[in-house]
Amino acid sequence: MYRFDYQAPDSIEAALAALRENDEAKIIAGGMTLLPTMKLRLARPDVLIDINRIGSLAGIAEKDGAIVIGAMTRHADVAASKFVRDRIPGLADLAEAIGDPQVRNRGTLGGSVANNDPTADYPAGLVGLGATVVTDTREIAADDFFTDMFETALKDDEIITAVRFPIPKRAAYMKFPNPASRYAIVGVMVAEAPHGIRVAVTGAAPCVFRVTAMEDALGQDFTSDAIASIVVDGAEFNEDMHASAEYRAHLVNVMARHAVAAAG
Amino acid sequence: MKVSFSVNGTEVSGDVEPRTLLVDFLRNDLRLTGTHVGCDTSQCGACVVHVDGRSIKSCTLLAVQAEGTQVTTIEGLADGDTLHPMQAAFREEHGLQCGFCTPGMIMSAIDLLQNNADPTEKEIRDWLEGNLCRCTGYHNIVKSIQTAAKSQ
Repeated sequence: MYRFDYQAPDSIEAALAALRENDEAKIIAGGMTLLPTMKLRLARPDVLIDINRIGSLAGIAEKDGAIVIGAMTRHADVAASKFVRDRIPGLADLAEAIGDPQVRNRGTLGGSVANNDPTADYPAGLVGLGATVVTDTREIAADDFFTDMFETALKDDEIITAVRFPIPKRAAYMKFPNPASRYAIVGVMVAEAPHGIRVAVTGAAPCVFRVTAMEDALGQDFTSDAIASIVVDGAEFNEDMHASAEYRAHLVNVMARHAVAAAG
Repeated sequence: MKVSFSVNGTEVSGDVEPRTLLVDFLRNDLRLTGTHVGCDTSQCGACVVHVDGRSIKSCTLLAVQAEGTQVTTIEGLADGDTLHPMQAAFREEHGLQCGFCTPGMIMSAIDLLQNNADPTEKEIRDWLEGNLCRCTGYHNIVKSIQTAAKSQ
C-alpha cells in the first residue's frame, strides 16, 4: 500500500477535529472495504482516522420502542445479540449473512452504512425497517440517507454514531447471495414497521430502493400471494457477470415473497 | 510509528509504517511465518489469526491497529510438543494436503468451536466461507473439525 498517516483518537470530538484538519482524511471503521480499496488504489486518503478506540460508539441498547446500535458495533455482535434476535430477528439474520465470519468480526454497522455499497445488506435493513441514522450533529431518516451508488447524505466532517431501528411487528430479510463474496445479488427486507409496511431492495439497482406497489398490496393482505404478480421494472438495474438486469428484477419478486413468508 | 502488543503471550513491539499490515509485521518483523498470505484481498483466509480471541484476516488489519491487543497465531497453539486438539485432529483426519491454507483453517475452526461447541456439518461448512482450500475439497477439513469438537 502507498504511504499515509494514521491517527487513533479516543473521542468523537478528537476524531472530528482530525477530520476537519485534512481534506484528504478518511475515517476507518472495520476497514473491511476501505483497506482492500486502498490496496487497489481506488481510495487514496492521506490520513486514516481510526475510530476503533472510541468505546462509546459500540453497543446495543433498547430505547423507547427501538433498538439502538452503535456505529462501531461489529456484524458478529449484532448477529449474536439476544436482544436483536429477540426483537428484530430479521436484522440478526441480515448481520449473520454478511461476508464471512472474519469479516463479521471486524466489519461495522456504521462503516457499511457510510459506504453504501449498492450490494451491501445493511442499506436494505435500514430502509426496510424505517431506521434513523444518528450522527454527531443530527438524525437522518434512512429513506433520505442513501442517496446514490456509494453516496449518502453524510457530510465530509460528520460521523455516524448510531442507528436507531424501531421494533417492527414482524420483519424478515432474504437475499440471493453472490456465491463468492456473499454480497447481495438481490436482498429484500420486508417489515411491518410501526409506521407501515416497508419493502426495501438492495443489490438490484445502483442504490437501495422501496417497492411501494408491494407495500400497498401487503397492507391489504400480508401474504406472499398478494405480491406474486407485482413485477418491478429492471430497466435501470445492475447487470454483471453474475446476473442480468432481467434476472435481478425476477429475483426481487422471489426474495420479497420469501421474506413475506418468513416474516409470517 | 511505535506499536506494541502481545503475540502468543509474549509482549512485542516494533517501529512500523502505518501502512504495514499485521500479517507483514508478524511474518517479516517477528519471523512468525506460519501465518500465510494467500490472496492479500481478504478472501482466502490463509492469514487468519486471533486478535483478542476473535478470528480476523491479518491482511486486512494494520499492525498499528493491533496496538494493545492480544494476538494468537498458529505458532501459539501447541504446548511444547503437544499439539492443540484442533491441530491433532487435522493430522488425525488428514485435513491437509499442501498445507498452505491450514494455519488459517485451524485458527478459523478454533474460533468456530469457541462460538459453537457442537456444530453441524452445515454450520462448519458455512463457517468456512472465508477460508479457501485448493487441495482437499474441504471434506477432510470438515471431518477434522468434527473430530476436534468431539474431543473437547
